Amino acid sequence: MSMNFAAAGSAAPTSADTAAPARSPGYRAYLASLRRDTWIVQGWQLGLVALFFALWEIGPRMGWINPMLTSYPSAIAGTLMKMTSDGSLVLHTWVTLKEILVGFAGGMALGTLLAVALWWSPMVYRIADPFIVVLNALPKIALVPIFYIWLGDMASIYAMAIAVSLFVTVLMLFTGFQAIDPDKVRLVRLFGASQVQVLTKIVLPGSVPTMISTLKVNVGLALVGVIVGEFQAAKAGLGYLITYGSQIFQMNLVMTSIFVLAVISTLLFALIQSVEATVLRRYGSGPSGT
Amino acid sequence: MLDTSSLVPAVSVENVTLNYYTPERETLALANVSLGVQPGEFVAIVGSSGCGKSTLLSLISGLIRPSQGAVSIGGARISAPSPRVGYMFQKDTLLEWRTVLENALIGAELLGLDMKKARMRAEDLLVRYGLGEFLHAFPGQLSGGMRQRAALARTLCPEPDLLLLDEPFSALDYQTRLALSDEIAAILQNEGKTVILVTHDIGEAISMANRVIVMSRRPGRIKEEHAIAFPSFGEDRPTPLEARKCVEFAGYFQTIWDQLDIHQAQ
Repeated sequence: MSMNFAAAGSAAPTSADTAAPARSPGYRAYLASLRRDTWIVQGWQLGLVALFFALWEIGPRMGWINPMLTSYPSAIAGTLMKMTSDGSLVLHTWVTLKEILVGFAGGMALGTLLAVALWWSPMVYRIADPFIVVLNALPKIALVPIFYIWLGDMASIYAMAIAVSLFVTVLMLFTGFQAIDPDKVRLVRLFGASQVQVLTKIVLPGSVPTMISTLKVNVGLALVGVIVGEFQAAKAGLGYLITYGSQIFQMNLVMTSIFVLAVISTLLFALIQSVEATVLRRYGSGPSGT
Repeated sequence: MLDTSSLVPAVSVENVTLNYYTPERETLALANVSLGVQPGEFVAIVGSSGCGKSTLLSLISGLIRPSQGAVSIGGARISAPSPRVGYMFQKDTLLEWRTVLENALIGAELLGLDMKKARMRAEDLLVRYGLGEFLHAFPGQLSGGMRQRAALARTLCPEPDLLLLDEPFSALDYQTRLALSDEIAAILQNEGKTVILVTHDIGEAISMANRVIVMSRRPGRIKEEHAIAFPSFGEDRPTPLEARKCVEFAGYFQTIWDQLDIHQAQ
């Protein structure tokens, strides 16, 4: 994404400068080669996807692979249609999506609060630092059964989604807070800013780019937390469908659920990228505009 | 010296000593520094790097407190940053998430000033500094010289009496630096501000200031003071660019260069 920014930033003045005079043959050839490269990349990407689906469809039908193990795209399409018509697709997708969003928002909010607390008091940071490092290194998935026993089916899924993303959020944001230019903090202190004002006027707005990279990491992590949580606990949701489908050896169901998950994660990621593009426009050029 | 004995000094630094502590060692950064600056005076402090000249500026701004001694502004002892003091950094420290106008207004915002008046003043300053078309642009869209002018507007918007400039031109390229120091000297002279400029650039100090103070290497002490005058130019004070052409310039430069002991440091 940042690559795209750099390219757009450097390309814009070039095209503006050369728009008025006629484009030289060399420049036209350069633009044509840029377009050709884009075509080649996109062609390969589409081709690889098509090849993958084609092999997946043909392999089981020709008896190269056992369809019981892999299912195949047309069967998945059929399952999707059936589940759409009986409403179960919407139900399970909605359950999972809701859990992802709650876990994601919860991890982000709680993580930001903790990071602010660490920034606020260096003493608290020094005390908490080793615990955070250990908790971050601990595989949170090991806690799934405990969360289930303590919190029950729904709450344990939320807790899992939050636990998986929380410590990464704290560490990433705190590092971002510390990377804020100390002269900007001095600037507002010279105007008599309180600690709260340093936070709201400098540290938080200055950390927006860090927050967005944290969001990107957390979308993936919240998904992991939710699905693992559902494996253990759920009565509905895509993770539940995956375990249920594998227990009754219904690969169509398993593969359909994974497909829907892939769509959800792609859409969420695209959403964050578009937020990033809008928000980072003003941060994009960076502080050294000389 | 001017006869200013009847006035309350704009800044008075009395016997200030400052120690820095780190787990490894204790450092004496400033030793018995005393300095008086009269209202409307432009004082430059020069010294080799690490001599404590920026530390002295931080002390006057109230950001740090002396280990011993006292700092007063307009006769009142200070213990915290005062709204009467404006500070310009080496970097422009513009906030890239705010527009140029919003950047210029941050002081007024934090000091709780009348925002309507502040906004009018900020717009007026920015227009005068050639940034009229960029009021709603983000700092990333400005050149280095424009950014530093936006920073000056931010500093002057809350109408400070005293300006502390901490090498405000050193991050700029040479041409921009000469042009901007000329502009800023004119602006500050028109507004009648008291200015303390910290720099390692001897030429900048001589060309802009009424008085140049030379600091010794650590621990920083005041080594020499020079009243700067250009009789060859006539009655008026020359602009920095004109001053560089005056015959007196080279003499001041040589004297101050010798006092800085730069050859010994190498």
